Amino acid sequence: MSREMICINCPMGCRLTVDDSDKNNIQVSGNTCPRGVTYAVNEITAPKRMVTGSVAVEGGAVAMVSVKTREAIPKELIFDSLEQLKSVKLTAPVHIGDIVVSNVCGCGVDFIATKNVEAL
Amino acid sequence: MKKVNLVIVGGGPAGLAAAKAAYDAGERDILILEREAELGGILNQCIHNGFGLHTFKEELTGPEYAARYIEEVKKRNICYKLEATVIDVSKDKVVTYVSATDGLVQIQSKALILACGCRERPRGAINIAGMRGAGVFSAGTAQKLVNIDGYLPGKEVVILGSGDIGLIMARRMTFEGAHVKAVVELMPYSSGLNRNIVQCLNDFNIPLYFSHTVVDIKGGDRVEGVVIAQVDDKLQPIKSTERLIECDTLLLSVGLLPENELAKDADVVLSPTTGGAVVDENLMTNVDGVFECGNVLHVHDLVDFVSAESENAGKSAVDYINGIQLTKDKNVIVCTNGVRYCVPTVLNKDEIYAEQSFKMRVANVFKKVELAVFADGVKVYGRKRPVVAPGEMENIKLTAEQMKVLKQAKTVEITLIKGENK
Amino acid sequence: MKDVIIIGGGVIGCGIARELARYTADIMLLERGNDVSVGTSKANSGIVHGGFDAKPNTLKAKYNVLGNAMFDSLSAELDFPFRRNGSMVLCFDEKHMDGLTELYNRGVANGVKDMYIIKGNAEIKKLEPHVTDAAVGALVVPTGGIVSPYEMTVAYAENAAVNGVEFRFLSQVTSVTRDKGGFTVSCADGYCEHAKVVINAAGVYADVINNMVCDEKLHITARKGDYVLMDKTCGYLADHTLFQLPTKMGKGVLVTPTTHGNILVGPTATDVEDKDNVNTTAGELNDAFVKAVVTVPSLSRRNIITQFSGLRAHLDGDDFVIGESSVAGFYNVAGIESPGLSCAPAIAVDIAESVAAKLGLAKKSFFEAKRKGIPQFSKLSNTEREKLIDQNPLYGKIVCRCEVVTEGEIVDSIRRPVGAKDLDGVKRRTRAGMGRCQAGFCTPRIMEIISRELGCDMQEVTKRGGVSNVVVGKTK
Repeated sequence: MSREMICINCPMGCRLTVDDSDKNNIQVSGNTCPRGVTYAVNEITAPKRMVTGSVAVEGGAVAMVSVKTREAIPKELIFDSLEQLKSVKLTAPVHIGDIVVSNVCGCGVDFIATKNVEAL
Repeated sequence: MKKVNLVIVGGGPAGLAAAKAAYDAGERDILILEREAELGGILNQCIHNGFGLHTFKEELTGPEYAARYIEEVKKRNICYKLEATVIDVSKDKVVTYVSATDGLVQIQSKALILACGCRERPRGAINIAGMRGAGVFSAGTAQKLVNIDGYLPGKEVVILGSGDIGLIMARRMTFEGAHVKAVVELMPYSSGLNRNIVQCLNDFNIPLYFSHTVVDIKGGDRVEGVVIAQVDDKLQPIKSTERLIECDTLLLSVGLLPENELAKDADVVLSPTTGGAVVDENLMTNVDGVFECGNVLHVHDLVDFVSAESENAGKSAVDYINGIQLTKDKNVIVCTNGVRYCVPTVLNKDEIYAEQSFKMRVANVFKKVELAVFADGVKVYGRKRPVVAPGEMENIKLTAEQMKVLKQAKTVEITLIKGENK
Repeated sequence: MKDVIIIGGGVIGCGIARELARYTADIMLLERGNDVSVGTSKANSGIVHGGFDAKPNTLKAKYNVLGNAMFDSLSAELDFPFRRNGSMVLCFDEKHMDGLTELYNRGVANGVKDMYIIKGNAEIKKLEPHVTDAAVGALVVPTGGIVSPYEMTVAYAENAAVNGVEFRFLSQVTSVTRDKGGFTVSCADGYCEHAKVVINAAGVYADVINNMVCDEKLHITARKGDYVLMDKTCGYLADHTLFQLPTKMGKGVLVTPTTHGNILVGPTATDVEDKDNVNTTAGELNDAFVKAVVTVPSLSRRNIITQFSGLRAHLDGDDFVIGESSVAGFYNVAGIESPGLSCAPAIAVDIAESVAAKLGLAKKSFFEAKRKGIPQFSKLSNTEREKLIDQNPLYGKIVCRCEVVTEGEIVDSIRRPVGAKDLDGVKRRTRAGMGRCQAGFCTPRIMEIISRELGCDMQEVTKRGGVSNVVVGKTK
């Protein structure tokens, strides 16, 4: 079956045509870079998304520190991963790259801080 | 009066990049004035990913992107003031700022870069009638409340406007437990990125209604619903299509406007199309030594482009301080046939020929066109595009040779050649 | 037991409270809203009328001319924005010039001074260069003025409070009954108080209050008017308040500068059932704008920054009902529609004197007649600004960028007597959020300041009291 898809890897948003009649040999066209192929194959076999959010931080100049999954996680885990974030409370200092939740929902990916918050 | 060679108003992505570039061009006497309590500007509340692919070849979140530039500025020991709001700039480049710690300070600068960003178009500007209580937010205000302050503006949400901020907020509100019932877009297309329609709306089955608008807001103290209607080809609501969507919140993502109040104080001439200054290829305004870059000049799609543009402004400001003469004679670039605007707006008729990028927006969606630059009626540059849209800024680069032709010409035109592309 | 209960915290109620505070008396003001000036007094044209419009020998005519003359000294004493910019009534058709003469004569009969009629477009343009070429004549009324109606009301309230008047909010009066010493006044929240005299200044609800006590029933229709407010950048388009000469086609709309330099156009007039309905409607907003363009063709929709709507309390019978009713000790100040704002100072003095005489109240030996407003950072010189920040660093923190309002002003607006409690209250007192971004940037900051100053949670901060909470919960 052939279908249209928009690559979400980067802001270019390439319009991909994907033929997955043969699951072992998925054909992708319309991509500008190789990441488009990876995206299309993933999207059909195991779609993944980056998840970003924020968690409360105490003792810093700001109330919240932003976080992201280090890499994309399985799409079906989005809401479970956010649920895990809710219980987290950090204390300043927090630095970019600090692990906030390790092994999110057992998928092997960590939530890491994306903002520096120095202690007051 | 205090004296500083280069004052940069705004410590967001534009101001930071300009400062870094100015330093690297040899200037040491730089001061950034930032009104918020931290550097980074609006990036601090843009906690989603999607920044930096051009600049850093990797995908960062807003705060991470900001942190990279903040680090560069700190590494260079460039001076900056926080919670310092500039309240006036004069055409003689005297900057007046206030802060709780410094009081009111006036600085005589040699060059001045305005990098103060943009603001959101509010409800009043788009004339939505109805209740006047709580629950109507511009998308950016809601974004700050959620991402910076940690509060939820509402639970049942309708979003007007499918620009990127509207789309991103649809996902963010969903992530925070709100129910986004619809995104409503006046135009028959979205000005947001396709990827955002996919990952912010489609992923969560949020409906997107094109050619629709909000015609009334119901409720008393708090929003209780919005009436949406389809619009005709003149963008006027069609009465028979009106329907109520119950909700407690309306988010507006209906455009950004460069914040040029300071520029006006300094007698800077503004473009009625962009709302930003009229600038030459050095990003200098009509006022000698006053530069603009970033979203105060024209609203960008990507912060990466803001950084690149602002580095140019930083370098140019240093050239100006160092006395590189600029002629007064300028060529106005004429935009025609669907090209809405171009930055730079004018070219100096000097003999400095360097590679130059031009950024522009088109007035409508056009397919199979060629973006072309003409000098005295002769095509100097052409670039074929399968599709151009108002939501996507077009960026073209001309070589030093081509710039020489433009600068020596009597007329310069940027246009869209439509129809069959040979 | 109070000496006097005033029902209603609009310009009339607060004005009376202030004038009565000159006397030794126990005075209480009840207001159903969360703040003063939340009804008609906050959403009107802000015009101090010359007094040529009202029919001679009406209360409207009498109080208008008397009230108008009081504004210079009152605005100086209470420090609220007022400017005698003059009014003009424009005529667009030679055939209608008689209408101007009629207004002129009416004005003379009412005692309006200094009016004159000018003829020809060129003469009009000398005074107002941006008026339409179609204007053929005008009645010029130099005594006309503009005022910030909510700042005037707040000023009255603050000064009343400083002089001992007690304010109680969220106090919707549900019954007024006669008792031995006077009246028992009960509120929706169960609060109950007695008073010798009750003054009904309840705006569009003055009929409801009157009908609780008096046999002579009143009926008030809420007449809604939509307005469109333009950015200061087009403030140069009108200096006088520009009326359109009423014709068979209708009353027209006005185009006026505000005391803060914006341009205001409107109002429309639609009778509404619901006396709380201040929703704007697309059709009326459009109507107001289209009519305004007749006066000043260069008005552009691009410069619209907001819209609002207000209710006039229109009484059957067309004139005000003012003074002691048939029930001794119960005073009405009802049907206060245009030119009510212009009349307010004179009405307040009259009612206060009448009540004082009735109760045999003596003047206080010391009455603080002066009130100093919040220092307005944006209007100060740099030297004054420096001094202010030096005294209080919060004046060095700009919160509202568009209107250049500092944290110092916002804190002051909250801490003052009868201080602000919500976003709209802060806005009316400081202009924070009134500029072109319409509170986009400053809303979260002002919420923080309110929450800190009032010691409440961010989630409890409202836009305008009631259930107008700005946020509905925490994200975490």
